[in-house]
Amino acid sequence: METIQGSEPQLRVPGKDYPITPLGYPAEMIGPRESYDRVSNQITAEPLHHPHQKAWLAGFTIAFAMLMMFGVAVGYLLFNGPGIWGINIPVAWGFAITNFVWWIGIGHAGTFISAILLLLMQKWRTTINRFTEAMTLFAVMCAGMFPLLHLGRPWIFYFIVPYPDTMALWPQFRSPLVWDLFAVSTYFTVSLIFWYIGVVPDLATVRDKARSKWKRILYGLGALGWRGSARHWMHHQSAYLLLAGLATPLVLSVHSVVSLDFAVAQLPGWHSTIFPPYFVAGAIYSGFAMVLNLIIPIRRIYGFQNLITTRTLNNMACVTLVTGWMVAYGYIMEAFMAWYSGDPFDRYMMRDRAFGPYGWVFWILMSLNVIIPQLLWSRWIRTHDIALWLVALSVNFGMWVERFVIVVQSLHRDFLPSSWAMFVPTAWDWATLLGSVGLFLTLQFLFIRYIPMISISESRELIAQRKEGRL
Amino acid sequence: MNTEEHTVLVDFPSEVPTAAEERALYGLMAEFEEHEQLVEAAKRAHAAGYREMDAFSPFPVEGLAEALGHEGSSVPLFTLLGGMAGGLGGYFMEWYSMARLYPFNVGGRPHNSWPNFIPVTFELTVLIASLSAFVSMLILNRLPQPHHPVFNVPEFRRASIDRFFLCIETEDPQFNQAATWRFLERLKPVRISEVWDE
Repeated sequence: METIQGSEPQLRVPGKDYPITPLGYPAEMIGPRESYDRVSNQITAEPLHHPHQKAWLAGFTIAFAMLMMFGVAVGYLLFNGPGIWGINIPVAWGFAITNFVWWIGIGHAGTFISAILLLLMQKWRTTINRFTEAMTLFAVMCAGMFPLLHLGRPWIFYFIVPYPDTMALWPQFRSPLVWDLFAVSTYFTVSLIFWYIGVVPDLATVRDKARSKWKRILYGLGALGWRGSARHWMHHQSAYLLLAGLATPLVLSVHSVVSLDFAVAQLPGWHSTIFPPYFVAGAIYSGFAMVLNLIIPIRRIYGFQNLITTRTLNNMACVTLVTGWMVAYGYIMEAFMAWYSGDPFDRYMMRDRAFGPYGWVFWILMSLNVIIPQLLWSRWIRTHDIALWLVALSVNFGMWVERFVIVVQSLHRDFLPSSWAMFVPTAWDWATLLGSVGLFLTLQFLFIRYIPMISISESRELIAQRKEGRL
Repeated sequence: MNTEEHTVLVDFPSEVPTAAEERALYGLMAEFEEHEQLVEAAKRAHAAGYREMDAFSPFPVEGLAEALGHEGSSVPLFTLLGGMAGGLGGYFMEWYSMARLYPFNVGGRPHNSWPNFIPVTFELTVLIASLSAFVSMLILNRLPQPHHPVFNVPEFRRASIDRFFLCIETEDPQFNQAATWRFLERLKPVRISEVWDE
């Protein structure tokens, strides 16, 4: 029999503060007493009245201090060149590309949640899609900085853009680096459009709820005069669905293209056909972990347990577990193919990865990314705020370490032992990495303070569906 | 000659509009509490022959546009055209620059090495299609449009919060202030308001 998502019987059991389905999973999609007016008030309270001022200010201060450090690190880099980093030949990519791949992976959860889960009619995504899309935008901004900073002369980055220049030069369209430019900039633009189209009706709600003249004017400008007319909604929904459809292959393509930066090269450890799916799975894995890391404290502090329910957290944890296994499969296949290919360089790369000078990093990666996430098999962990947060943190660190292993360990020993070298990050490497986290968190803090962080109109749709008995 | 006399003699048409000219009735608006009532009201208004009308809701209501007699959105058409322009234009750019303007032998690959041109073609297809979806949505909705007569109704602010509205405009050939008011009353709304265009 077909059951409509969310229409399962909800059981109350002692010892659990949320209702469960007959199979024991958290059942609630949205709190029981929610009404159109209540969700509107609750979600617009943050941009209009700024509750929890102290918690926000404390977090913002730390994030902003880290952003200032990023400014110093980038300023010093522009003054001195990338020699301040620990990069060398052969490890020319170092932290910059590690960070680039890590950040862009984090960016994947947003579009996955807002586009793919929309098309799959996963209603639990409704209350987190706004937040994760914003996270995507900020993560892609952080990602985009690194290839530019790594150029050495970032001010002439536009050489990679095709335009009829006086030198009669054109970018090499057969190169994955040029594909990367198109993939990342398209991803950013489409995510921004998708996010903005979703946010317009909610800005209209903030405009109509605002008491002060300035807020009415500023949010009114953002809302573009939205009045919720049937014609507006018809075109809006059409555009929104189309963008979801367009963003779906885009999510899968972006990290595939990023992975081709590696896979097209002939280096052992990079030159592998498993890279595109393996990178995409890893991207969604780290993206979901980052969403969990951000949403759990926000849910707690702002009291959004009625909207971002335990069901949402549990489902996200399940997706994390599944994508984690896809990534683990990637690790197994990498090792297997290295052995099965019979290629001595590939075999050496794999032995060096596990037992070479960077072997300890590899084992940290295995524990953070493969072993610890197995805790997510436990329903107690999946529905427990702090435990889930810690597992997600492990995945975030683990995925960064994975990018480090792929970039640095593969590069440091290639074919000729005469060209081997070790990479040791300098303080500036760490300052740039932490600084980019500061940029990300600063933008995130500004977002939760000034923009409705949960989609109000889509939450109302959930309430309407419940009234009709469809939820 | 006395200038004062002169001004008195000439009869200029008044440039100050009268109260009636300043405030034209835009339409009548009924307010409902539930979205099903609004869909029902829209259906009945359409059946009664009203065409120049609009409904307002704080979230997309299924079947509302159809109830008002809207044919469906043309955003998909513009998106398709945009996507085709992006894909063809993208491939043309790659072919023209790599095979005509700047032919360059890379590992013996042909100048028109189409498999290598797929990623950029795909990205530009998606990019231009998305931009077309966004821009055509704005143009078809006539946004941005900061002012609209419905905003003059104080209760209308709840259209973006928790209430549902149906507005029959004076533009409609069937509009008659008294008859339309009585028609709206039969739909059992919470309130009926006059919408004035100022």
